[in-house]
Amino acid sequence: MKTKTKNRLTMASGGLLLAALTTYLFNSGAVTIDIILIVASFVAGVPIAIKAFQALRMKAFSIDLLVTIAVIGALIIGEYVESAVVSFLFLFGDYLEGRTLRKTRASLKSLMDMAPLEATVLRDGKRVAIPADEVEVGDHVIVQPGGRIPVDGKVISGQSLINEAAITGESVPVNKSEGDTVFSSTISDNGYLEIMAEKVGDDTTFAKIIELVEEAQETKAKTQKFMERFAAYYTPGIIVLSVLVGIITQNVHFALTFLVIACPGALVISVPVSIVAGIGNGAKNGILIKGGDKIENLAKVNAIVFDKTGTLTKGKPEVTDIKAFGISEEELLKLAAEVEVTSEHHLGKTIVTKAEEEGIELVNKPSDVDIMKGHGLRAKLINDSIYVGNISGAVKLGITVNSEAEDYMSQQQGKGNTAVLICKNNKVVGVISIADQIREEAAVATHQLKESGIDHLAMLTGDNKQVAEKVGTQLGMNEIYAELLPEDKVAKVKNLKSKGYNLAMVGDGINDAPAIATADVGIAMGGTATDVTMQTADIILMSDKLDKLPYAISLAKATNRNMKQNTYFALATVVLLLAGVLTGDIHLASGMLIHEISVILVILNAVRLVGYPKYQLNSSLFKRKRKKEEMIGEVVMSES
Amino acid sequence: MKTIKFQLETLTCPSCINKIENVLNKENGVETAKVMFNSSKVKVTFDENIITEDEIAGIIKKLGYPVLTY
Repeated sequence: MKTKTKNRLTMASGGLLLAALTTYLFNSGAVTIDIILIVASFVAGVPIAIKAFQALRMKAFSIDLLVTIAVIGALIIGEYVESAVVSFLFLFGDYLEGRTLRKTRASLKSLMDMAPLEATVLRDGKRVAIPADEVEVGDHVIVQPGGRIPVDGKVISGQSLINEAAITGESVPVNKSEGDTVFSSTISDNGYLEIMAEKVGDDTTFAKIIELVEEAQETKAKTQKFMERFAAYYTPGIIVLSVLVGIITQNVHFALTFLVIACPGALVISVPVSIVAGIGNGAKNGILIKGGDKIENLAKVNAIVFDKTGTLTKGKPEVTDIKAFGISEEELLKLAAEVEVTSEHHLGKTIVTKAEEEGIELVNKPSDVDIMKGHGLRAKLINDSIYVGNISGAVKLGITVNSEAEDYMSQQQGKGNTAVLICKNNKVVGVISIADQIREEAAVATHQLKESGIDHLAMLTGDNKQVAEKVGTQLGMNEIYAELLPEDKVAKVKNLKSKGYNLAMVGDGINDAPAIATADVGIAMGGTATDVTMQTADIILMSDKLDKLPYAISLAKATNRNMKQNTYFALATVVLLLAGVLTGDIHLASGMLIHEISVILVILNAVRLVGYPKYQLNSSLFKRKRKKEEMIGEVVMSES
Repeated sequence: MKTIKFQLETLTCPSCINKIENVLNKENGVETAKVMFNSSKVKVTFDENIITEDEIAGIIKKLGYPVLTY
């Protein structure tokens, strides 16, 4: 039976009940009342009976069967009010449940509504509008200003500010131009883009997020599994009780009442409904939670371990200072970059990148390149012998490093930078300082975490002690472990767990995978990166920023609280109903009424979670920085 | 082996999940059937040589749950 038909019958039986009530008020004892009630019982009872029959036909048990028996039984013993009210309430309760459940599922629905439906592709030089899922990999897709990007791909031409909220939960637009990757479901603000499709349809990051959230919503929390097992025993138990009571007391009316409370609906729905609301809320804010059990674990966390590079820092080493002795800075950079141009080392690559950024042309090619492991490299540039590396390497080559250079290098390292020495023909010509910048939002995030009661923060890194100390103390870490190999990281996580902490580990998901897997809760940053990230972590912060972390934890705590509230309430209702029926205070109609009310209340309580407040940025410092970003964004927009 | 998600009308009764899952799992050719209560979908993995998606949709409909898309 279609829902629409059922709804109409629900309303009809409700109307009939009202009619019966009105008639009663005017002329109690009229026969017409009974007739109206019997008709109402049938109107509402038939759809329930059909459902019961459909299940029976497939050899399945259903609660509809119990209610049908109760209604028929009530009709037989002449309790017309009961039969009419019970059948109506059952249908009406179902209707209300549907409406309120939709509210708890609203977050995911609004996310899914961001899916692009249409795409404009270039076929044979002509623009063709096609459904978004018919785009093929390699197609050239056109996105007009204000349009929704329909695929994952690379920008071939054009530039635009993109609102990536659908993926990251961030409302601050990101600038994308030629060579950048863009994602399906994001909105292009002000520019025209031509994109080559790399991932389409179900392979796009957006589709994967939706699927992940859908699956996560069904993943059971521990309390949920317990509830379901309870319900599995409860229902048959009540039926048996009902039959026994009927046989012993010969009171059919009394026995029937048990049937009405046999389904602990509120209990079964109490936990999942909160989980749906909580996960949906997270998803809208760019926090992907992989299941109800992860929420429970995250809420219990009292210590957090961070990987340094890529998590607390941007993961992109940058040149911070260039100091030249005797030559210009530009010359120094050119020299160093030309020599490092073939280097695979991240420090070397950083220097080359800086030179490219400065528009310096790298003309001369190095020869006789000699890599000194752990120190740097040495090469010949035309007729000059160049060394780029640390002091110990220079010493090895017999180069005297003057005190001015040495002092400067110590100074830089004290600041947390890695200082690279550049020598030409055994003479120091300069120092280039490189640092992996701490994320701007990191300090605020760690501060908020401490305020929320996470009293233990630790940092793990493979980087050297000085840099680690610098970063760690700035961010308020209680423990700092540096110069670690990957297996050491796992050991440290195990160690902290054994101390009794409920541990969460935050990393970038690829390098830290084993350590993340060992922690109680694994949190990965930047889900837009890889599938590996999505698979290994329990929680993914899609926006690749730390500021969502405190919110994720408070959301988990709020969801956990909500689940508990619902569970206790539902349990109380079950006890109350059972007691009420046993003492004879609760009959068919009132039993059904209380049952339905309890279910609706539980769902409504979960709806509260849907509107859980968006993360507040408490720090005024961060608000000022945000304002600057927004202002810059506006300037860019007005200039283009 | 094929896996298809069947979209149903809004599911409201969580105890009905078992009903659908049990009936489908007993069907010849169905390897796993999982009801995704919150998205009102049924995810079925089945051997298309033994049973077709139309037949599965038919079973779900016979149980009293109209199937919207699959």
